[in-house]
Amino acid sequence: MIRIALRMLIGDRMKYIGLVAGLAFAALLITQQGSIFAGYTLRSGSWIRDTAQADLWIMDPQVSFTEDRKAMLDSSLLRVRGIEGIEWAVPMYKAYVQCRLQDGTRVIVRLVGIDDATLTGGPPLMLEGTLDALKQDRGVLVDGIDVDDGLRLDHASDAEGPRALRVGDRLDINEHETVVVGIYGRTTEFFWDPVIYTTYSRALRMAPPERKQLTFVLAKVKRGFDAQEVAARITASTGLRADTSDQFEQRSMDYILSKTGILVNFGITIGLGFVIGVLISGQLLYNFILENQRAFAAMKAMGADNWMLLRMVFAQVLLAAFVGFGIGVGVAAASGAVFEGTKLAFMMAWQVPVFGGLAILVCSLLAALISIQRVLRLEPAIVFKG
Amino acid sequence: MSSVAIERALAVRCRALTKTYGAGVNAVQALRGIDLDVLQGEMSLLVGPSGCGKTTLISLIAGILDRSGGECEVLGQDLARLGDRERAAWRGRNVGFVFQALNLVPTLTAAENVAIPLMILGARYDAALLRAGAMLERVGLGGRERSLPGSLSGGQQQRIAIARALVHEPRLVVCDEPTSALDHETGHKVMELLREVAAREDRALIVVTHDARIFSFADRIAHMDDGHVDRIETPTRS
Repeated sequence: MIRIALRMLIGDRMKYIGLVAGLAFAALLITQQGSIFAGYTLRSGSWIRDTAQADLWIMDPQVSFTEDRKAMLDSSLLRVRGIEGIEWAVPMYKAYVQCRLQDGTRVIVRLVGIDDATLTGGPPLMLEGTLDALKQDRGVLVDGIDVDDGLRLDHASDAEGPRALRVGDRLDINEHETVVVGIYGRTTEFFWDPVIYTTYSRALRMAPPERKQLTFVLAKVKRGFDAQEVAARITASTGLRADTSDQFEQRSMDYILSKTGILVNFGITIGLGFVIGVLISGQLLYNFILENQRAFAAMKAMGADNWMLLRMVFAQVLLAAFVGFGIGVGVAAASGAVFEGTKLAFMMAWQVPVFGGLAILVCSLLAALISIQRVLRLEPAIVFKG
Repeated sequence: MSSVAIERALAVRCRALTKTYGAGVNAVQALRGIDLDVLQGEMSLLVGPSGCGKTTLISLIAGILDRSGGECEVLGQDLARLGDRERAAWRGRNVGFVFQALNLVPTLTAAENVAIPLMILGARYDAALLRAGAMLERVGLGGRERSLPGSLSGGQQQRIAIARALVHEPRLVVCDEPTSALDHETGHKVMELLREVAAREDRALIVVTHDARIFSFADRIAHMDDGHVDRIETPTRS
């Protein structure tokens, strides 16, 4: 009877297409928005993942995310280096500063100062020049990926049109003249302000004077030591927070989700997709049942019990859900491919289609529940009414 | 009753059968004490004016309504003793239906429509379709297995409905106004077909009808009025 049920549904082309389209639309909304949400939340940890050399991030206990500057005393670095299990520890400066390009454009940038001696904590990829070039006088590295977000010269010269910064260009950071000595590449982040790398000592010279200036300490754990145990030892000894990269990424992501409303916004869209799916598929399935109620009643008269009819309705709705989900996820994935390389964050992790599939399953089962009442209440005696 | 009829086994035995819809002041008594015997191997007609209780009576006999009082044994089974699922299974095994509105599924082929009772009984799709094809052949619709009901004439649709009622070899066939939507000639052919294909020594046919043109096909006719069987006649067939 399952095959008969499916033939009944597929044969009614308009209802079938409507039902599949409703569920496909819901699947598209849920998985596409879910993927964009996943993409954005993943971006909140991009900078941490790009700074891959460190096992531990040591910071003030009040720091909530990557851009939260609550500086520590410089002596904190030495205290961390003294902890058992630390192989090396280097300082890092990070703060928002003012930057003026040579054509006069002013931009707020994130200035990152990395260890002068080892250059640990630098960008993951050099597009032009080398990391060592930072050792040149007044040298800075600028982002070569996201040039549209500020670090571009709109009026470089009369002969040239707008262009990205090049090696050799000059820029003022907090009234300190610097020279671009390299162009780096990075993973797109949740935060959009450009990041400029320089050495730690140069960053401190350019930064506004403060008593505390050390933003992070990056540390490597000796082989044979457990990172969590070493982190706990650092906290016990210094009072500072020591996170593994994963912990810091999770903390940053949690903070962004709790403070930005991004979760609520995407949640509403995904919820709307779910509601639309239930309403459209419920309405169409209900109409389908209504139009076929005499056929179902005739089957009841001919010996089909409620359980058999329930299985038929579930089979119909599950077929529509399966096809609709496939189409919806396919279109969502295709849209992801179309937007690849743009600023749109799109990350279809395996959890997204799994969640989307479960949502569509629940959606279709709810739609079936609405309609099933009609089938269960059907009196087979109505078949004798003309 | 003829002597031949007396020798035949009883397919249906109703005594003082009553059916009341609703309760209290809204109660409507549809059947007011029906006494009726239907014999196997016979075609019995239930005739009477609209609202006289014909449809209620066949609904009770076919086991799709509960009686309010009296007795009713169908094929030796008191249906009131069966639960809903058992009764549905009993109907599936023993009763074939030809509905007035036919109730064919428009999106299924003729063979699939006919195969439904077999699949309700658990037959596999392919096997059921094979038997349905053979049944369609018997009712003169060989070669139309894959046709949709909408592409067939009224008479052909009626044949599909008859094939569906008989495909699982039921011992009781209940037909509700099988000729009401057909012209005289087609109606006549349908009744001939019913008599030819459905009539069997161990099978009873009950036909509800207004159509006096088909009275001659009956072995016995129960005339109903206002919830009673007024009289039973056994016409002499030409």
